Amino acid sequence: MQSPQGLNGKVIAVTPWLAPIVWEGTFDSFLIDSIYQQQNITIATTVFALGKYTTFLKAFLESAEQNYFVGFRVHYYLFTDHPEQVPAVKLGEGRQLTVLKVASSNRWQEITLRRMEKLEKLIESRLVNEADYVFSLDVDTKFYGRWGAESLGRLIGVIHPGYYQTSRKRFPYERRPESQAYIPAAEGDYYYGGAVIGGFVKDVYKVAKTCREQLDIDAAKSIEAAWQEESHLNKYFLYNKPSKVLSPEYLWQDFKPNTNEVKIIRFSQVIKNYAAVRPNP
Amino acid sequence: MTMRLRQIFYVFLLGMFVGLSLSGLIYWGFTSIWFGNHLTGNLGRTDVASVTPWLAPIVWEGTFDSRVIDSIYKQQNITIATTVFALGKYTRFLKDFLESAEEHYFVGFRVHFYLFTDQPEEVPNVKLGQERYLTVKTLPSMNRWQDISMSRMEILEKLIENELASEADYIFCLDVDTKFYGRWGVESLGRLVGVIHPWFFNVPRFLFTYEHRPKSQAYIPAGKGDFYYTGAAFGGSLKDVHNLTKTCREQMNIDTANSIEALWHEESHLNKYFLYNKPSKLLSPEYLWRDISMSSGSVKIIRFSHVAKNNAEVRPNL
Repeated sequence: MQSPQGLNGKVIAVTPWLAPIVWEGTFDSFLIDSIYQQQNITIATTVFALGKYTTFLKAFLESAEQNYFVGFRVHYYLFTDHPEQVPAVKLGEGRQLTVLKVASSNRWQEITLRRMEKLEKLIESRLVNEADYVFSLDVDTKFYGRWGAESLGRLIGVIHPGYYQTSRKRFPYERRPESQAYIPAAEGDYYYGGAVIGGFVKDVYKVAKTCREQLDIDAAKSIEAAWQEESHLNKYFLYNKPSKVLSPEYLWQDFKPNTNEVKIIRFSQVIKNYAAVRPNP
Repeated sequence: MTMRLRQIFYVFLLGMFVGLSLSGLIYWGFTSIWFGNHLTGNLGRTDVASVTPWLAPIVWEGTFDSRVIDSIYKQQNITIATTVFALGKYTRFLKDFLESAEEHYFVGFRVHFYLFTDQPEEVPNVKLGQERYLTVKTLPSMNRWQDISMSRMEILEKLIENELASEADYIFCLDVDTKFYGRWGVESLGRLVGVIHPWFFNVPRFLFTYEHRPKSQAYIPAGKGDFYYTGAAFGGSLKDVHNLTKTCREQMNIDTANSIEALWHEESHLNKYFLYNKPSKLLSPEYLWRDISMSSGSVKIIRFSHVAKNNAEVRPNL
């Protein structure tokens, strides 16, 4: 297994299966933008804001308008149980937002597990006709820097900011063989963050469907994976390797101090008071 | 100093020594591969660029894990078509080319060689492994090696259109005056694959031998260009290579009508194509080297290389 962090602070820019790992300095934004601008693409972007999580929407959307696929056609699909709490954020040209009402839940673990199913259904019913790429992003986050076409590809995972420097045996994979998300001790490439999944609509559909099926099998056996759908995502990516991997620049955590390797924070989970926003502990 | 104080002092010195050594060891451990660190397997090159500015991987030894990549592609039941042209005296290169390919080139995968020649009787009898095939196609002879070289584009275009569509997933087009010396495997596969020319991978752009005359369709203005690619090896999906060969063929025809021949023939046109249609993957000069007897720092393994030849002896013209 190879860490994305090389020797002497130099980063490794490809995985062992030759998928690029996207770091600042590895790509030319102007060049990449011009390649994708010629392709007239639409990027669907799903977020889930249930219960008190609607409080994160304003910062998420406003910062996205500043940083996320600027100059491209973006369609946000916002799942919420409180549509009246969706803030009115002015969107740029070529950008639109659709609010989709869903049922409430009183367990945050349940909310996070149901996302896969909702994503699967959305792709089936709408995205196959409406978008070329889809990103599924956590909402308790904010954009701080460019997130652009360099992140596009067939199947995209992001390296979890808490585990890009640790060894494989310390990854918090699901370790119980009873769970469908089980990964044996000696295996694994990276620990991917569940907060970001992306790629071609068809490929993300397969991720969502497979994870949803495996989550259902686990639920029938009354087992819940260590990190909910993130555990299942990691299992999926081990056997269906991403075609491109985003560095932790693309998923940081506000409470973490900066490091030598991560020279720019593009997207980060904001500090939140769990007790204040989650429906349950 | 009293005895006791001296003892304490010595213990203190010992402690300092141990403490400093330990710190030094720990520091060295973290900056080297030794100390239970995550950098196992020595994968990852930091001495060469492993991605292009448009995030296409550049394949070097040490950037990929052959077992992982093989297992990914084994599941896909692929066929790799491979074309070589051996006209006139170039048939003499076939034996080494084919025998070394059987040893190194996509071993364990289905490969179909398409061998174009004007001397089908000169094709050597080389035993091919399981799931490896060879089809000989006869062409008329030509008097100019430049014409032979350039006509390959149209022939490839037609081959893909007429025959390969249902037969192969990928295609590589290789020069025949070459030999395999090391693994050339599925790490080389991609939608559109270019190979960095072995004489131009570590020189600045102004030395690239692009066609610089605006009159030619292969024209690349000064200051532009990403890499200098070799015409001796390129490949990709059928669709993309078809587009490449068709475009090059069309542009060469326009040049002919305008009585101009690009500086490096179809290689010039290939470089123009790759500038505006960026490859999705680049192969380092390990995949097409100068000569087995030459070495160069970053090229740690030679997989495929030109063989020494006497141009005057093998070419139909100078």
